[in-house]
Amino acid sequence: MDLTLQTRTEGDRTIVVVGGEIDVYTAPKLREQLIDLVSGGQYHLVVDMEAVEFLDSTGLGVLVGGLKRVRAHEGSLRLVCTQERILKIFRITGLTKVFPIDASVEEAVAATD
Amino acid sequence: MAQVELLLAPLPVHVRTARMVGVAAARRAGLDDDYVADLRLALGEACSRAVALHVAHAVPDPVRILVRDDPTGLTVTITDRGPATTATSTDPVDALFGDDGDLLVPDVALAVLSSLVDDVEILPDSTGTTVQLRWPLPPRPI
Repeated sequence: MDLTLQTRTEGDRTIVVVGGEIDVYTAPKLREQLIDLVSGGQYHLVVDMEAVEFLDSTGLGVLVGGLKRVRAHEGSLRLVCTQERILKIFRITGLTKVFPIDASVEEAVAATD
Repeated sequence: MAQVELLLAPLPVHVRTARMVGVAAARRAGLDDDYVADLRLALGEACSRAVALHVAHAVPDPVRILVRDDPTGLTVTITDRGPATTATSTDPVDALFGDDGDLLVPDVALAVLSSLVDDVEILPDSTGTTVQLRWPLPPRPI
């Protein structure tokens, strides 16, 4: 399944709902979306990954790139993910210590960074 | 012994095809579902790394993928013709944060492979690198 992206705003946060597969072919589309949001002044992002079916290290690189960009503006990037097969790659790369990972969008929006 | 061989033109769009073929061959061979999920990710990482090296160094040759099973296990071999590399002790977090391009960091792919698969060999030679991944298969009924 190809990558799908939808965005919406809740309070001061922008929710990016990602679906499908994030790999070496589709990751540039997600990277462009994150760059566009930061360029447009959206510095507090929540990436909802509940509909992601596949994520590899290319996708991790894009998320880390997004995190670096929002941090440059004192912003935040939180992830929403409860899928064990997706969480596994965050765990084995040590990125669970880098990204705040929430169980729901509501939890992410309510979090204080 | 069953065998599936795939020659991938070094384009990112084909990496998904490699994952799908690898998963289908693994399921047919009887690999446990938990291992199939690991194979999907590991094969994707190895192919992404190989394709990225071919693209970065303008190597037009295909990336070769071989999936074969025997009574003891399933072996997936990915062979590239890029500059030879070896497994490193790269910390993925350091590598990802140190990268300026956001996209594939080959060292991270190798680090993921090493963490994900118990039986992995990375074999560089003068023509490129072969990554060999191996999983056990359940005993077959007599």
